[in-house]
Amino acid sequence: MAETRPVVSEPVEAWITGIGLASSLGEGPDAHWEALNAKRVNVDETAFAPYVVHPLSPLNYDTQIPKKGDQRQMEAWQRIGTYAAGLALDSAGVKGNKDILSKMDMIVAAGGGERDLNVDSSILNSEAHGNATPSYLNEKLLNDLRPTLFLAQLSNLLAGNIAIVHGVTGSSRTFMGEEAAGVDAVRIALARIAAGQSDIALVGAGHNGERKDMLLLYEFNNFNLRDKYASVWDRKTNSGFALGSGGAFLVIESKAHAEARGAKPFARLKTVVADRARRKNGGEVTAVLDKLWSEVGARDQDTAIITGATGAEPATSEELSFLKKHAGVPVRATGSSFGHFVESQFPLGIGLAALSLSRGALYAPNDSTGLEIEMSKAPSQIVVIGAGHWRGEGMALVEAI
Amino acid sequence: MSATRDKFGRPVVVVTGMGVATSLGAGKVDNWKKLTAGESGIRTITRFPIEGMKTTIAGAVDFLNVDPFSSTDLSEKLGEIVAEEAIAQAGIGTKGDFPGPLFLAVAPVEVEWPQRQALAQAAGTNADINYDTLLRVAGSGSFTAYHRRFLFGSVADSLADTFGTKGSPISLSTACASGATAIQLGVEAIRRGEADAALCVGTDGSVNPEALIRFSLLSALSTNNDTPAKASRPFAKNREGFVMAEGAGALVLESLEAATARGAKILGVVAGCGELSDSFHRTRSSPDGKPIIGCVKNGLIDAGMTVDQIDYINAHGTGTPENDKMEYLGISTVFGERAKTVPVSSNKSMLGHTLSAAGAVEAVFSLLTLEHQRIPPTINYDVPDPAIPFDVVPNTARDARVTAVMSNSFGFGGQNVSLILTGEPV
Repeated sequence: MAETRPVVSEPVEAWITGIGLASSLGEGPDAHWEALNAKRVNVDETAFAPYVVHPLSPLNYDTQIPKKGDQRQMEAWQRIGTYAAGLALDSAGVKGNKDILSKMDMIVAAGGGERDLNVDSSILNSEAHGNATPSYLNEKLLNDLRPTLFLAQLSNLLAGNIAIVHGVTGSSRTFMGEEAAGVDAVRIALARIAAGQSDIALVGAGHNGERKDMLLLYEFNNFNLRDKYASVWDRKTNSGFALGSGGAFLVIESKAHAEARGAKPFARLKTVVADRARRKNGGEVTAVLDKLWSEVGARDQDTAIITGATGAEPATSEELSFLKKHAGVPVRATGSSFGHFVESQFPLGIGLAALSLSRGALYAPNDSTGLEIEMSKAPSQIVVIGAGHWRGEGMALVEAI
Repeated sequence: MSATRDKFGRPVVVVTGMGVATSLGAGKVDNWKKLTAGESGIRTITRFPIEGMKTTIAGAVDFLNVDPFSSTDLSEKLGEIVAEEAIAQAGIGTKGDFPGPLFLAVAPVEVEWPQRQALAQAAGTNADINYDTLLRVAGSGSFTAYHRRFLFGSVADSLADTFGTKGSPISLSTACASGATAIQLGVEAIRRGEADAALCVGTDGSVNPEALIRFSLLSALSTNNDTPAKASRPFAKNREGFVMAEGAGALVLESLEAATARGAKILGVVAGCGELSDSFHRTRSSPDGKPIIGCVKNGLIDAGMTVDQIDYINAHGTGTPENDKMEYLGISTVFGERAKTVPVSSNKSMLGHTLSAAGAVEAVFSLLTLEHQRIPPTINYDVPDPAIPFDVVPNTARDARVTAVMSNSFGFGGQNVSLILTGEPV
């Protein structure tokens, strides 16, 4: 039961105490650290040809979603997210702790669930070949759709499933809106903790990139990377993003709450800022990134950048213009190693930043253009950047503790 | 008005502008007139073929000209007109320059059937149509507008452009509690001192074949198609499901300090917001009612108020056998004996369930209840349910002294929100 929280006079310090990652590179911090330093990239250029995707590495869903019934209720997107959420709770050492979980706040950044492609295709075929009456659509949907498919599609039901499977039952909000939703989920979770409105939060997203219905949305405006994989900075002649399957969840907690239960932090989440350039004219994204850099309080020394730059244009070129102003700062593009996680991209970046800071090193560069440089010493802070392929710019400052 | 901070030291959050649109019409005046007259906006659907449907009724908004038409375009248009009404009433900022963030409750956006069909048509009748076909057609460059339109963030993006809201707009969903969550996010931002003003909008224009069928397949909808206006029967013994509806509600929230400083008229106060999620089931509430009980209590605690101070409850009241029973359990546990006497009415009896908009639409009606000192009825209450002995304000509106209203929204997937709205700071 809640008590009304007092107003705080100083921002409350927030720690990242749990990281849950599952992707084309494997699951968990160790597997990811090893894969990134080995510069491994797992792409599939054939299964969804001509589109390039980063396919999910096999997960043993039983380990995080014990009931088969729960697994069957979900489609891939919700399973991936629920799995990664479980990993984060394990990482933070709060899995199964009913006292904490019952008060844990949750913000999920979500798209939506998979369509039944066969039903859609069957309807469109019959309509095209003159076999359809005006009510044909109604009949086919009523007869052919699995009744619970809707629940696997509803944006807020990733959070719902996390509540059911993992028992997280404090507050629950779901943000939608592509990349910006991931930025704002972290931003609002931090803001609430900093202002004393929350003690501990589970924040993140899941994304299934192996979906023709989502490829379709981006294909309308030619945003999908075609034919051949290239690192994000090497897509000048073949711009676009390769959708990536995976999930990234974080446990963010006030320092006092963490210390009271003996939890150790990966890093401090200091600041998250976001804005929305109208993108009517060139240079607006660069200008917003400049502004966010100073708002987030970053410096160039002992700093690294982890960015979710998508490879889409013109946003990626505009971000490059911004990055060139900080040429000495080592950069890592998560889109190269993981593909485009959309809602999960920013939480992924935060997780990798926290992981890197906790290990006292930035992982290896993975870029054929030479933009990404080695970092020989430990970063003391990492700036995570999230500029959406279409709208939204965000930045976070993560600090070593 | 004296202190600009509440007893917990937080900035008091007030309402300075409201906008609403439903199947009853556009704007507060028309809506309030019809709502208090007990008029229903629920009719037989005329927007698309209904043969074969188990439910053929809805509270659709058909009086707006939306072209090209999609549910997303309708949701955006609804959001636009209510935001405009709210901002005009508040007299805040200047045209296209709202001095605060946007929190938008909106139904999940997706490519819709007319657009899918347009793609298939572009493929030609000789083609065997599957998603590979659609992808090829999509890549032709003839459908670039569909990318922007069907992004999840597109409605918020348009509203942010139109009204000039600040920072990153947030689109959110907590299913049926969404509209209330949008308001809660605005309250929290102002309480944190992040903003002096926030635009909170809930909108839903989803009455389309697939959406209707999705709810139908879950057996959630009323099938009382012969008498549409009587189909939504919250709390009645013969209730048998909710009626899908469209609408939008908007609130301009400000800190009391900022509102007073610029001489704005205070329409009401958002005294408290409570929430709690339910881990029992994807569509059903926990049978012990604990999440709803906890949510209601959290709302009162956040407002620093007791049950005796609540003069009226604007219920979630969807008219499903399950929800109404659970709502009674929750309210009666918290309110004790008062549960039988405090007026509890459901706007959904007249409007139907406006889904992502409901929490915002009903917050507006709760504030109008405070303004006019008149409680809208629960209509279609002909057969009381002895297991739910609420005073539902049956069938006819009632003049009453109302100083504080609790507005409840309980969502699929177990996300529950209770708002406490007062005429004056607590």
